[in-house]
Amino acid sequence: MNIANPTDLSTSQLTEEQEIYKENIIDHYKHPRNKKKLENATHKENGINPMCGDHITIYLIIKDNKIEEITFTGDGCAISQASVSLLTDELLGKDLDFAKKITDQNVYDLLGIPISHTRTKCALLSIKTVQKAINLNQ
Amino acid sequence: MNKLNSQKIKSDFPILNQKINRHDLVYLDNGATTQKPNAVINAISNYYSHDNSNTHRSVHELASRATIQYEHARTITAKFIGAKTEEIIFTSGTTDSLNKLVNSLKHQLKKGDEIVLTEMEHHSNIVPWQQVAKETGAVIKWIPITDDFRLDLTTISKLITTKTKILSLTHVSNVLGTINPVKEIIKEAKSINQNVIAIVDAAQSVPHISVNVTDLGCDFLAFSAHKAVGPMGVGVLFGKSQLLVNLEPNHTGGGMVLEVTKDNTTFNQAPYKFEAGTPNVAGAVGLAAALTYLSKLTMNAIEQQMHDLTVYGLEQLNTVHGLNIIGSKDAKNRAPVFSFTIKGMHPHDIGEILNSHGVAIRGGHHCAMPLFKRLKLNGASRASAYIYNSKEDIDQLIVAIKAAQKIFGVDK
Repeated sequence: MNIANPTDLSTSQLTEEQEIYKENIIDHYKHPRNKKKLENATHKENGINPMCGDHITIYLIIKDNKIEEITFTGDGCAISQASVSLLTDELLGKDLDFAKKITDQNVYDLLGIPISHTRTKCALLSIKTVQKAINLNQ
Repeated sequence: MNKLNSQKIKSDFPILNQKINRHDLVYLDNGATTQKPNAVINAISNYYSHDNSNTHRSVHELASRATIQYEHARTITAKFIGAKTEEIIFTSGTTDSLNKLVNSLKHQLKKGDEIVLTEMEHHSNIVPWQQVAKETGAVIKWIPITDDFRLDLTTISKLITTKTKILSLTHVSNVLGTINPVKEIIKEAKSINQNVIAIVDAAQSVPHISVNVTDLGCDFLAFSAHKAVGPMGVGVLFGKSQLLVNLEPNHTGGGMVLEVTKDNTTFNQAPYKFEAGTPNVAGAVGLAAALTYLSKLTMNAIEQQMHDLTVYGLEQLNTVHGLNIIGSKDAKNRAPVFSFTIKGMHPHDIGEILNSHGVAIRGGHHCAMPLFKRLKLNGASRASAYIYNSKEDIDQLIVAIKAAQKIFGVDK
């Protein structure tokens, strides 16, 4: 998925819960990509969403401004876990500037589902934690 | 005994007559707050439309009406819980009641004194005590829960000692729905040490069961209006009159004094010395209207309906594959508060899908993190019923839960 091209959200055929819990989200929740601890991480950061109790740890190996490896561990709601699974997939092999420039809207586009006001913290925990890891440890 | 007609009661609550996501709203988040009947909304509106003024201050007509209504609310509240009028202190809610009480009692605590709480307390009956324990060197001890989510009563004889100064416990658990035998626990505690100050968090019990402070034998009791069809921002602290005499106020200012000089202040008597500043008169008026509304239905009838909903709710939830009820499966001494987890689903995802079916529940740790740690859970969903809920509402809850499980592929 390319985050430069927002996902088509024309899902009028679907009911609300099918819209938010599309197959792709459930798939990433049940079968998360890049979910493992990195013992030799150069950057590491924890993120918590106290409202849902979502918690993740992001592990990165950054060499020459490039994300050579990115993984996570954690637990939480489908939105938070699918978001971090999708984002780690997206950022693998990209340079740091790309990661730093990712906006909230980019993450919503990556998820490809409507995010209600109450779930923004779940959806954005991934990018907030990644950017904190990069910025704090430079 | 008259049986409640939940459909008729529902029609008294205008907010319940609406659709959420194309479904009739099924409001099952009553543990968090209840909805308000027209009787309460109109009482508050009438107060502001006709009688608003500050109390106990001016001599004009409106001041007189406001004062009379405020004090009348105190009388109604006192009657509702079997207290004397002067034993009712208006606060902003249970949390405020407990904080004010804890901070007034801390002068009576010293290093090594013991405070006994239970493992099923809400944060509002934990955190203030922790703060005071840090300040005074007092020690907190916990009454544990059993595998059936009830208090382990066999521990009380060991936990209450000559060092115990405080016993503070919830009447009904906001997570488990357990109705604790508070009367018996207080009786046993006082038989071991008659100086124990017994405090009851009645936030979840006052709406559900008859609460009588004399019968319970408690020294203090706290509850909120908003969980008993009253407005937000007003609550009650009951204190036995002989104990209020020597209790120091920790909020000071206008309205709670007899005389103020540049050097000194003489406090008014209880309950006024605990009500510094302009009170929430409209809130008290709304609370009185709420308690009057509940009294008309009668607490006996409410108790019976709550029991029927508990029986039906447990029965229905038990049929759902992969659903684990966090609370006793025995409806006896249990309120219709149904916390549960579903294998393979997070509480917030469950809540979101239920919302798309018009069903309002809560998910999370419900301000009881020590309890969740004890239960080895990160969180749970909670459906909590009240007087306007019917068996059909429980049915709709079950339909929505099953739909959620299907979406997540955990329905088989």
